[in-house]
Amino acid sequence: MAASVPAKRSTQLGDALFAGMVRAAGIFVLLLLGGIIVVLFIGGLPAFRQFGAGFLISDDWDPVQEVYGAAVPVFGTLITAVLALLMAVPLAFGIAFYLTELAPQWFRRPVGTAIELLAAVPSIIYGMWGFFVIVPIMAEYVQPFIIDNLGDLPLIGDFFQGPPFGTGLFTAAMILAVMIIPFIAATMRDVFLTVPAVFKESAYGLGCTTWEVMRSVVIPYTRVSVVGGIMLGLGRALGETMAVTFVIGNTNRIATTIFGPGNTIASIVALEFPESQSGSLKLSALLALGFILFVISFIVLAISRMLLKPGAKA
Amino acid sequence: MITKTALSILALGIAATAGAQAQQITGAGATFPAPVYTKWGEAAKTAIGLELNYQAIGSGGGQNQILQRTVDFGASDAPMSAEKLESGKLLQFPTVMGAVVIIVNLPGVEMNQLKISGEMLADIFEGKIKKWNDPQIVEMNRGVTLPNLPIAPVYRADGSGTTFVYTSYLASVSPEWKEKVGAATSVKWPAGAGAKGNDGISATVRNTKGAIGYVENAFATQNKLTTIQLRNKAGHFVKPSMEAFSAAASSGDWAGAKNFAVNLIDRDGEKSWPIVSVTFIELPKDPKDGERSANVIKFFDWSYKNGSALATSLEYIPLPAAIQDVVRTAWHTQVVGPDGKPVY
Repeated sequence: MAASVPAKRSTQLGDALFAGMVRAAGIFVLLLLGGIIVVLFIGGLPAFRQFGAGFLISDDWDPVQEVYGAAVPVFGTLITAVLALLMAVPLAFGIAFYLTELAPQWFRRPVGTAIELLAAVPSIIYGMWGFFVIVPIMAEYVQPFIIDNLGDLPLIGDFFQGPPFGTGLFTAAMILAVMIIPFIAATMRDVFLTVPAVFKESAYGLGCTTWEVMRSVVIPYTRVSVVGGIMLGLGRALGETMAVTFVIGNTNRIATTIFGPGNTIASIVALEFPESQSGSLKLSALLALGFILFVISFIVLAISRMLLKPGAKA
Repeated sequence: MITKTALSILALGIAATAGAQAQQITGAGATFPAPVYTKWGEAAKTAIGLELNYQAIGSGGGQNQILQRTVDFGASDAPMSAEKLESGKLLQFPTVMGAVVIIVNLPGVEMNQLKISGEMLADIFEGKIKKWNDPQIVEMNRGVTLPNLPIAPVYRADGSGTTFVYTSYLASVSPEWKEKVGAATSVKWPAGAGAKGNDGISATVRNTKGAIGYVENAFATQNKLTTIQLRNKAGHFVKPSMEAFSAAASSGDWAGAKNFAVNLIDRDGEKSWPIVSVTFIELPKDPKDGERSANVIKFFDWSYKNGSALATSLEYIPLPAAIQDVVRTAWHTQVVGPDGKPVY
């Protein structure tokens, strides 16, 4: 069939076809993204209508009374992500600093590969590790210690009282930190390597120490990209579902301590979805939560994209 | 060329279909009876050539799927409301019964040693009784050394039929629980922490000294978890056992229940375990494909007749024979194919 057509025309036709197909693929991604936002918004509309702006600030989540508020999961999502960043960034910086400036050449590749491999570990593995290893340690040693020593203090003692479950916001943040360290460390290492050797050599030539070179040359040069990498880690921490669900304690109350159980948007959606009737207000509230998470993640990713843009320097 | 390929694909398809002789039926829903449905499915495949594809996606999901007719039958732990059954043109019938038991992690307290009343259980899960050496608990358990530990209630974080059954029990014994919290597949828990699934609850209870949680009976037995005695409506303390579950099951008011939605929670009877429930199947009354629905009925009819031993071995309570007959009548009269005739 195709053999009877002249070879040249076939090529032109092929080019046009191919261009059309890749254009369609590009547009498809945009449509997909827009479609998801629209579907989440429409799905969440009944909840937004019912509760109005109060949906964002109400900490009530009562499936029996059909009253839903987003405050607890939004609070849990933000606090675990921020805590995770506080733990992960210094460690990731240390890894990247060591790998680019201090480690012997033969050692850099295996460690670099190990970091990339860690980033590829499925989150459920981290969740199980957290649940079966970290949670018992927290329940057995860390929390009883805190409860015993701080629980009887006047006034603030109440914040540290209660049964030691081992799960909670702090445990979740720890697991998240371990999960995002590879991302942040890998990005930092890559951008540290982009610093032109001549800059660093000049600084060393002036008699700077390694730390001074890092502080005064490498970090200022890469600051924006480093922040972008941190934002990427933050993006992952915000949307992480399974690992967090395992260890956060799944409680729809605002915790009074950072060791208390809580909930995140992603984990409440994962947990409640199977038992939500189609057309119910609960399902709508879950979709509305999905929309809120989408907006938060979108903002974080947009900022990181902007900062990571090639040539974007402070 | 093309015709040849198509022919060979067709031939391959025919060969594949011929290879798999068993006819498939698909169902989705409750996780609670999933182990017994799976066992029945395996047995029925060899016995009557019906292959069951059951997806344990949760009761809510099962109800959604059958209302949209994406599966042959739905399964749920909580009975569907009469209006929903009506508007969705569904027939609801029970399959097996099961029990929910209470598990604890208390150093020095042995299996079935601890005694608790339903009201106290509600107070514990409400966070009103906070310590294990609370005078009320000590009073009920003379001779048992209770530690000075905070009580750590653990509940199902995922929406689940087990939670529906358990909170129904708490609501029926405690007016305060009924008013403040209520009963549903997930509720606003006043105290404690959540864990995912039966395994999540048992692991959290195992990790946390002073923890108390609720799981399906079969799960507690398989994992040798420390259960406790509960005080039933007659005022007797009962240990979780098949005998106690069956006593509750037989005390239910089956005749008075609409759509078989019988209440087996907190029944009368000296030996009755107070937290027992029925699990249901929802089947379209107006199936588009009569044969598939006939196969579903054939499967459950076979399971009623031959599946009791399997159910009992998994610690589910089989349906009383009299109720099975009532269900059979409902199948014959209510499920009508497109041709206007009963499908089975």
